[in-house]
Amino acid sequence: MRHIISILIENEAGALSRVAGLFSARGYNIESLTVAPTEDPSLSRMTILTRGSDDVLEQITKQLNKLIDVVKVVDLSEAPHVERELMLIKVRATGKDREEMKRMADIFRGRIIDVTETAYVIELTGASSKLDSFIAALDAGLILETVRTGVCGVGRGDRILKV
Amino acid sequence: MISGAEIVIRCLQEEKVDCVFGYPGGSVLHIYDALFKQEQVKHILVRHEQAAVHAADAYSRSSQKVGVALVTSGPGVTNTVTGIATAYMDSIPMVVLCGQVPTQYIGQDAFQECDTVGITRPCVKHNFLVKDVKDLAVTIKKAFHIAATGRPGPVVVDIPKDITAQLCDFEYPKSIQMRSYNPVVKGHLGQIKKAVQMLQEAKRPIIYSGGGVILSDASDKLTQLAHKLDFPVTNTLMGLGGYPATDRQFVGMLGMHGTFEANNAMHYADVILAVGARFDDRVIGNPEHFGEEKRRVIHIDIDPSSISKRVKVDVPIVGNVADVLDEMLKLMDGSFKADPEVADWWKQIDEWRGRKSLAYRQSEHIMPQFVMEKLYEVTGGDAFVTSDVGQHQMFAAQYYKFDKPRRWINSGGLGTMGVGLPYGMGVLMANPGAQVACVTGEGSIQMCIQEMSTCKQYGFPIKIINLNNGMLGMVRQWQEMFYSKRYSQSYVTSLPDFVKLAEAYGHVGMKIEKPEDVEPALRKAFTEHKDDLVFMDFIIDPAANVFPMVAAGKGLTEMILAEEL
Repeated sequence: MRHIISILIENEAGALSRVAGLFSARGYNIESLTVAPTEDPSLSRMTILTRGSDDVLEQITKQLNKLIDVVKVVDLSEAPHVERELMLIKVRATGKDREEMKRMADIFRGRIIDVTETAYVIELTGASSKLDSFIAALDAGLILETVRTGVCGVGRGDRILKV
Repeated sequence: MISGAEIVIRCLQEEKVDCVFGYPGGSVLHIYDALFKQEQVKHILVRHEQAAVHAADAYSRSSQKVGVALVTSGPGVTNTVTGIATAYMDSIPMVVLCGQVPTQYIGQDAFQECDTVGITRPCVKHNFLVKDVKDLAVTIKKAFHIAATGRPGPVVVDIPKDITAQLCDFEYPKSIQMRSYNPVVKGHLGQIKKAVQMLQEAKRPIIYSGGGVILSDASDKLTQLAHKLDFPVTNTLMGLGGYPATDRQFVGMLGMHGTFEANNAMHYADVILAVGARFDDRVIGNPEHFGEEKRRVIHIDIDPSSISKRVKVDVPIVGNVADVLDEMLKLMDGSFKADPEVADWWKQIDEWRGRKSLAYRQSEHIMPQFVMEKLYEVTGGDAFVTSDVGQHQMFAAQYYKFDKPRRWINSGGLGTMGVGLPYGMGVLMANPGAQVACVTGEGSIQMCIQEMSTCKQYGFPIKIINLNNGMLGMVRQWQEMFYSKRYSQSYVTSLPDFVKLAEAYGHVGMKIEKPEDVEPALRKAFTEHKDDLVFMDFIIDPAANVFPMVAAGKGLTEMILAEEL
């Protein structure tokens, strides 16, 4: 099962490695991880995309809570939430492909944020599956570089993760 | 204003630390200088940093206090890692103060530099690098707070040398609040009520208790509860002494080398009350086999991650064992009535007991079990017994009946050979004048043997019981049973003459080769040589094995018994 874990953690040197170390030491997998300070600069918010059975997820949550720097942990995916991922994709844009790339970007509601004679950089935001579909829809030979941020997400309405 | 080094010492004084175990070096010279100028905090100079941490660990295990070690940067720190991991696995509260190269040199591959925080991270409860002298006192306060509360554990504080030289006002915080760390103490009352109800319905109950009972000083409460319930009690290796071993309700240790009655009672119980224990692989054997029996489990533990980790739990109770047992006792006051069928369960247990699974055959050689029985007699069952890891550890656990908590000092989780002798030093610093026996083997003792020198310097009268079979016994036992007797690297040749070695260090050495000499030698050691370290080299039957045994991957009831061989 796919799960999105959100963590509020003290914004201190080494906090990220405590979390990453826990996952590798106990054999849990990380599909993506994003982290940045919150509106309170003493706290960071981390979002981890992981997969595992209910038992494994229970352990992941408990083990994360055991880390001294971790303030709060929540499994976003167990209730209504929204999630987004940002991708920057650089594609070859020459000849007839130039027009085709522009069209594809429009269809997926992406934006071209850099243009040179031979390439575009397209910015695309959405659920991870949408980014996957975009990549699948392009001719693989035209993709020069892909950069993805990993998933970030937030609970809907009154579900608030705050100290 | 005082220096950072003086702040470190003042913090230790504020924490009422009476001794630290350590080894000086470049990065901690300022701290050692501050240590020199005062008398409240004594220092025990070990011969290897690993021993400093083991000794601090045993200081903590044998008392309620937090043990402290002090080492220098680089190799000083890397040498402590085994000791820190040992304490971590057994949840022992400890603070390790490490020197670090000056702040401006960090990351430059300076002399005796290592990434202390990185290296120790996976085996500490928490660690800190102090970057500003203003944070020093509050960091040390946090370290002691984190080490001793919740599920205890070792905390490392890494202090760069320049920080120990800088000047700062000293104020030690009286208390500490951390928004990210608030361990639960009281158990959930609703859950405790459910548990009591379940105990009342139990027909084949067992109380299974571990190191958590000892760490939370809950032995008296556990004993009270067990007597009230009149249920059988089994202990894990770490839990020995948490319930009096000579009590009628005690069925012995369980697990890989547990008794026939304890393992059967655990397996066939319909309700298990697990108290401060974690169902680890050495305890329940093969989890699938263990899961074949239908049963209900109540689990009291301070660490939520220990609950439902390996065995599904029906009534989880997160809280401090002593507090939860207290609540349970209050709830059961007067009204508790056990199911009448428990009487039949006791009959069954007595039948299992009838197998006498710890009986052993005497031979013309000294049997290690016999040495343990005699040690128990001679010390009146009242010694602190430290042990190393291997067959001798299991013999001590099986044959020395611990009636009091904190008397059995061994590395249960990590299984670290070499802890026994430094453990003895830690015990004696926390319990001056106590009888201390270090049960070891010729393999383990050589892993920290240099500490005989420390023992001479400080006059630690440890009685070393060396069960010498010329073999790495537990390895040999597995090779004999599961590797068609291919004794790969388990035979130790070129052993030193331990008597002469002990004498060279300035101690008393004895070699004992006949069964009839065992008791007189022990008596002599514990009376005539009461104040000496005595190295007793018992030449034991090299064929002696530890039974019962649950082989790796087997179920708890699929025991190999001595009589079957």
